[in-house]
Amino acid sequence: MTAPATHDRPLPAPEAEAVRRALSSTPRPPRAGALSAALTFGWRGMLKVKHVPEQLLDVTITPVMFTLMFTYLFGGAISGSTAEYLQFILPGILVMSVLFTTVYSGIALNTDLTRGVVDRFRSLPVWRPAPLVGALLGDSVRYLVAGTVIIVLGVALGYSPAGGADGVVAALALVVVFSFALSWVFTTMGLLLRSPNAVMNAGFMSIFPLTFLSNVFVDEETLPSGLRAFVDVNPVTHLVDASRGLMEGTARAGDILLVLGIALAITVVFVPITTRLYRKA
Amino acid sequence: MNESALAIEASGLVKRFGETTAVDGVDLTVRRGSVYGVLGPNGAGKTTTIRMLATLLRPDAGSARVLGHDVVEDAEAVRGLMSLTGQLASVDEDLTGRENLILVGRLLGLRRAAAKARADELLGAFGISEASGRLVKHYSGGMRRRLDIAASIVVTPELMFLDEPTTGLDPRSRNQVWDIVRALVAEGTTILLCTQYLDEADQLADGIAVIDHGRVIAEGTPAQLKASVGSGALHVRLLDPEQRPQAESVLAAALGAVHLESDPAALSAQCADADRAADAVGELTRSGVSVAGFALGQPTLDEVFLALTGHPADEAGQEEEAA
Repeated sequence: MTAPATHDRPLPAPEAEAVRRALSSTPRPPRAGALSAALTFGWRGMLKVKHVPEQLLDVTITPVMFTLMFTYLFGGAISGSTAEYLQFILPGILVMSVLFTTVYSGIALNTDLTRGVVDRFRSLPVWRPAPLVGALLGDSVRYLVAGTVIIVLGVALGYSPAGGADGVVAALALVVVFSFALSWVFTTMGLLLRSPNAVMNAGFMSIFPLTFLSNVFVDEETLPSGLRAFVDVNPVTHLVDASRGLMEGTARAGDILLVLGIALAITVVFVPITTRLYRKA
Repeated sequence: MNESALAIEASGLVKRFGETTAVDGVDLTVRRGSVYGVLGPNGAGKTTTIRMLATLLRPDAGSARVLGHDVVEDAEAVRGLMSLTGQLASVDEDLTGRENLILVGRLLGLRRAAAKARADELLGAFGISEASGRLVKHYSGGMRRRLDIAASIVVTPELMFLDEPTTGLDPRSRNQVWDIVRALVAEGTTILLCTQYLDEADQLADGIAVIDHGRVIAEGTPAQLKASVGSGALHVRLLDPEQRPQAESVLAAALGAVHLESDPAALSAQCADADRAADAVGELTRSGVSVAGFALGQPTLDEVFLALTGHPADEAGQEEEAA
């Protein structure tokens, strides 16, 4: 009601006859499958990006800033040369940038809830988690974009992955899978908190310590023991280990399985919570 | 499939939000193929009632069957038969009108080509083809409502919930929405209509429940309801305020209780019947009173409320309507 109307001349009145014809013309099709419904919601997410491409700024500009800032600010101090530090930090920056993007999934869901369209979705006979799964599948495309930006920029700056293209693609895939899982934590937050701003604050307040207190920026060997204890159990550390391993060609199957296990655990816990909250929202 | 003749049977529905009891024991019975109006001011509990019937909220007490299916136990079956046009337009503002309809079609199980064809058919029927490629956030209130209703009939529902379909619309858009609703009814769709406007319920509904503070306080056909209120009033304006005492005694003799309005040239009398009103105006002119104008008014929601509850409608709207 708040947006101004942009039509200048009156639209044609709907014709009662045409409305009647339209009513009687479609038999009820069989119910949409779970996957088809989720993909349709993913398509909705893509359409929004198509209409407002500026939305992709946060997943392109922020990663570029992070990479440049950390490489050139800390590179000399930490590794003796920026080139050497880039080699160390790039997989970490990849993880950090993409994880930051997951917070936006929660913010977007919270924004959605303030609109009437959620009533429509919830009143349709579709698989209950479909709107959420679909939105997060759509968001995974954003994660992929953010990750690709980092890798392209890194290579342009001189990063050379010993693990080759296969390793890089595998690392990117692992990060996206983990982020898909983590975003369920933020959708839960999005459903529990009252405003998009509250979700943003709570989201970044949790993602900041998780990413900074890890081995993204420094080798955990250098840390004091108390901090190191936290860093060692931080799932982000394991994700960085696995991604670094894949990109350097030194990955251990155990690291990768551990990350996939953590992702699975997060999903198993938070999908039912989010779905339940969404049903009641 | 349950062949019950009732589209909605609700008994003792209760919904509380914290301290507030939004719906406090609502019973509703709606026949298939009818339009049932739920009439009440803001905050009376209309939207909360609709949301329980449409499976969006779980009742705290009571039960309801929609098209023969329990709204809690068998919510999925209910969702497969009804559609909801919510109070906030239930369309996605960030998509175009056409995309909205395709989205709903796909979610309801139409194949891609069928969903597109259906979207175009509905856009044409509802007169929004021209705006089909525009983002809905740029639509006017009337267009948004039309699109909203179109989205509700992408697959023809057996029961449609319409929550305040014309609130905030200009009179022309309002009439167009009414025409659409009449067309839906002519095709046999059952409609539960929530509204704050007595004339809207009067225009469209076969039966009306008046709801206040979460309870049904009166039920009946529009005619019964208006009759129970003591119907409308004859309003008369005189050319010469000096003649008002004379007019007052003539009207009192013809119609009964007369109300002198704050305008010194105006007065009114309770009167439902057009013939008696015409006779009374005739009496006035025959007795030498010069009449500048007269009108026979329908009772308003305010008058209905005053008659039924002893308080005006706007005093009922204190509690927040649950979103």
